[in-house]
Amino acid sequence: MSTYFTEDHEWIVVDGDVGTVGITKYAAEQLGDVVFVEVPEAGASFGKGDDMAVVESVKAASDVYAPVGGEVTAGNDALADAPETVNEDPEGKGWFCKIKLSNAGELDGLMNADAYKSFCEGL
Amino acid sequence: MAETETLRRTPLYDVHVAHGGKMVPFAGYDMPVQFEGVKPEHLWTRAHAGLFDVSHMGPCFLFLKGGLGTADGHQKIAALLERLVPSNIAGLKPGQGRLSVLLNDQGGILDDLIITRMPGEGLDGMLYIVVNGAVKAQDWALIEETLEGEAVLQRADDRMLIALQGPEAEAVIVKHFPEAADLSFMRCAYVEKGEEKFMVSRSGYTGEDGFEMLLPDNHAGHAIVEALLSDERVKPIGLGARDSLRLEAGLCLYGHDMDASRDPIEADLGWVIQKSRRERADFPGAARILGAIASGPAEKRVGIQPLERAPAREGTEIHLDGAHVGMVTSGGFGPSVDRPIAMGYVRTDLAVPGTKIDLMVRGKARPAEVCDLPFVQPNYKR
Repeated sequence: MSTYFTEDHEWIVVDGDVGTVGITKYAAEQLGDVVFVEVPEAGASFGKGDDMAVVESVKAASDVYAPVGGEVTAGNDALADAPETVNEDPEGKGWFCKIKLSNAGELDGLMNADAYKSFCEGL
Repeated sequence: MAETETLRRTPLYDVHVAHGGKMVPFAGYDMPVQFEGVKPEHLWTRAHAGLFDVSHMGPCFLFLKGGLGTADGHQKIAALLERLVPSNIAGLKPGQGRLSVLLNDQGGILDDLIITRMPGEGLDGMLYIVVNGAVKAQDWALIEETLEGEAVLQRADDRMLIALQGPEAEAVIVKHFPEAADLSFMRCAYVEKGEEKFMVSRSGYTGEDGFEMLLPDNHAGHAIVEALLSDERVKPIGLGARDSLRLEAGLCLYGHDMDASRDPIEADLGWVIQKSRRERADFPGAARILGAIASGPAEKRVGIQPLERAPAREGTEIHLDGAHVGMVTSGGFGPSVDRPIAMGYVRTDLAVPGTKIDLMVRGKARPAEVCDLPFVQPNYKR
């Protein structure tokens, strides 16, 4: 399994041709208390960079973008009743959805953990 | 970057940065939107005391030209300002303040403002007025033009305007201003300590008991702010929580919940027009406003309770059976009520608590109902 990161602070853990997607700890901290999450339903398709989900704090709603293109195989429905999970465990139980990758080559443009760490330090 | 360079800073900018404030542009100023986070700051204010820097706003004094301190000074300055606002200013007692609205000739709301009669002997003919930061320049220009030759406006936005809000605010403030304990809601004290002059009023924008203070931007003023912030009952609060607190309290934000296209009746602020003014019908736009009182406005501002967990933000369309019947003007999440809340305008026949409506959030109809405001009961000291 490999983990990749985007400049928009999404992460994707890839296992075979399925990736689990969420927002990073850095993003969750920047948002503050998450009060609502809208995740995509199984069957939905996205291109890389498309609006895929919405995460809302007290202050504002933010779009979450698909780190790669593909078809959603599952959304994390548990977030509907427990949006705070995104703050508590953003890179674990706070996952948003699972995507069947349409083109694994799209992962090449993403960052690894070290590169993402440096990227955040530069913000 | 160009934007950053032109932003103004309040006298407390360095204090905000030192406390970890996340700074954002607001009303032309670089202001803290949050410190530790909107939700904890919101809940802290409702439980203890929050300190807000609102020095971006427009405090000012209005003086009667020739006649300050005379027996009929207040009646004269009140009559002048009543040309622009529909509230009974003449009837204010010394030290009493009142919410009002600045109106254009069509009765549209140019701003909301607090007008206070200065307390104390020798100050009749002088009003303390606080307008909104984003529109202060045009408000002041309108007042000056309208009252030219009869009254003089003195800006006070070079000072610090600080709000201390929450159930522990009184216990904290009395160490610095003992006279604050004797004030009831919307009453103001004028405090002189040596050369220094301070205004302290029991008012705010959170629904909590609390105070607003106009302090000099000098050692004396900064010493008070520093002492307030070092009190363990007090935390600095950003604009994010200021917005969620006022929304829970059902209070309007100018430029969002009302603007020049709305009259006070549509905005459900008819209570700022006292009976004597309705009878005299002598304020700008009186025909439209009195007509709206008599026959009802086309739309009305209401509270909106989303029935699911998705917040509906400003600009969300309100539908009924697929037809557009209104718009959300403020919406988000209320940390104290722990659910999404909103306000907005709907067709007047729908402005009845319990009416079912749909909020079009990202293209999906989400059920909601019209409700009473506020979402949290105010804690004012009457």
